[in-house]
Amino acid sequence: MDNELRLVRLTSNTEIADGVFVITFKRDFEFTAGQVIGISIEDNTNNNMPRLYSIASGEDEAQVTILFNIKDDGWLTPQLATYKAGDAIYITAPSGSFVNTNEPAHWIAAGTGIAPFRSMLRSGLTTPKTLIQGGRFKNSFYFEDEFKVHNQLKYIRCCSQENDAELYSGRLTVYLKEQSSLPSDQKYYLCGSPEMVVEVRDILISKHIPYENIIAEIYF
Amino acid sequence: MAKEALFGKTLGELTEIVQQLGLPKFTAKQLADWLYKKDISSIEQMTNLSKKARTLLDEKYEIGLSAHIDVQTSKDGTKKYLYPTIYGKFIEAAYIPDDQRATLCVSSQVGCKMGCLFCMTGKQGFQGQLTSGEIINQIKSLPEREKLTNIVYMGMGEPFDNLTNVMNSLEVLTSDYGFGMSPRRITVSSIGILPSLKTFMDKSECHLAISLHSPFDEERKKLMPIQHVYPIKEVIKLLKSYDFSGQRRVSFEYIMFEGVNDTPQHVKELTRLLNGLKCRMNLIRFHAIPDTPLEGSPDSTIEEFKDALNAKGITTTIRRSRGMDIFAACGMLSTKKLLDEENKDF
Repeated sequence: MDNELRLVRLTSNTEIADGVFVITFKRDFEFTAGQVIGISIEDNTNNNMPRLYSIASGEDEAQVTILFNIKDDGWLTPQLATYKAGDAIYITAPSGSFVNTNEPAHWIAAGTGIAPFRSMLRSGLTTPKTLIQGGRFKNSFYFEDEFKVHNQLKYIRCCSQENDAELYSGRLTVYLKEQSSLPSDQKYYLCGSPEMVVEVRDILISKHIPYENIIAEIYF
Repeated sequence: MAKEALFGKTLGELTEIVQQLGLPKFTAKQLADWLYKKDISSIEQMTNLSKKARTLLDEKYEIGLSAHIDVQTSKDGTKKYLYPTIYGKFIEAAYIPDDQRATLCVSSQVGCKMGCLFCMTGKQGFQGQLTSGEIINQIKSLPEREKLTNIVYMGMGEPFDNLTNVMNSLEVLTSDYGFGMSPRRITVSSIGILPSLKTFMDKSECHLAISLHSPFDEERKKLMPIQHVYPIKEVIKLLKSYDFSGQRRVSFEYIMFEGVNDTPQHVKELTRLLNGLKCRMNLIRFHAIPDTPLEGSPDSTIEEFKDALNAKGITTTIRRSRGMDIFAACGMLSTKKLLDEENKDF
């Protein structure tokens, strides 16, 4: 993979929930939905390595969208959150193979782990998918308006700390444990924190999903 | 406000501290002597520093050493030490005596973010980075410290996901101002985070171990999610650009899973992948963890695999499992009980 950094200028930076931001910049490269890019606010890697973020926009869109939340102890996100349109950031070429297939599949995400699935959705769905998204609060389901209206997508939101008639009340891990008929011949794409991914993977394996069908992307 | 630990600081960091306090620059070297070459428990014991220097330092800093709070001893002599961290978490270090060698397996993170399918540490998720001081404290505070011959960064965590602290700890361990250890007695093990790996190769002389576990892209993705972003072929390609003909060594860790990665096709592909790279292969018996879909290869299969790789010119050994009865063996370290349920975002 190409770790060379190059400058791009933000076209927007919007806080969409407490401590959660969406930045955009002009796209001048090809990528496959589900891939990541490295982002830095320094033009070299002497002090800090670029952090990897999934692209959240579609393959053909003019603007690249990145979703991130502020890590209080991080070197990048507290500063990036203050950046405005016109400010320079540094990116690597896209890379990674957490990419979609044209088969029915389950997508399971929490937090900013929704980003690659939004990219896949906006790049065009040709087969039905089931998206199970976990979040603590009602406003934790980033981009939910886009997922709700897609006719190829069965969309389940699991909210652990607030109730709403449209939402499953409880953690997504509890929701998964309650399911008695998860298809074992489908792929399960997992994206989110390490804790979420390893816990969900264990649940799926306990429900006789072959580990070969579990594809995980972990944020680090 | 909690005082900051001095232990684990590099000479450069100590120099910054003394200059900020208005102390002479040479005080940094004196501090390093006290921290890394002597056994003291308070700044007051640094008797060659002026009273003023000790007072200034003591206002903001402490030594920062922590003794272990628990130890388990295996019937094979391996010991697993539990150390507290600054932020109230816990980490484990495994002391492994073996004839003329005594190895300490140190942790670099509390938990791990990498989520490898076969690893107990990964099951607890990630709870925090260790400072350089917390990494070296596992060595300095070890009761058997004087017997140690080798250090391996193979405990909890992915060292290259905590690069700055790991590199600082390596500097302190190998520098004349620090512990003065030969870098040839230290091995850092990684799953191959490429940008950090390059930094390590360029700036350290310590040995490297890479967790390989499968030479096949799709298969490795299922065992190790990192393969999606840093494929093993790219890792090997980078390593082939370095010279291992001298004393520096690269080795590969390969846990043997029955029916998964233990076939003649794997031998063939490993041979092709590692062609041209001077290296060693360590085959490791799988130590089953809860809820795993994987099973370890039979001993006979592991022996055949070893013989086949050796016949292909890859120096291959089978690592002896140590400390299994106290869950100190490879991939078994974990302090999961401390994971905070309330902080989950799912």
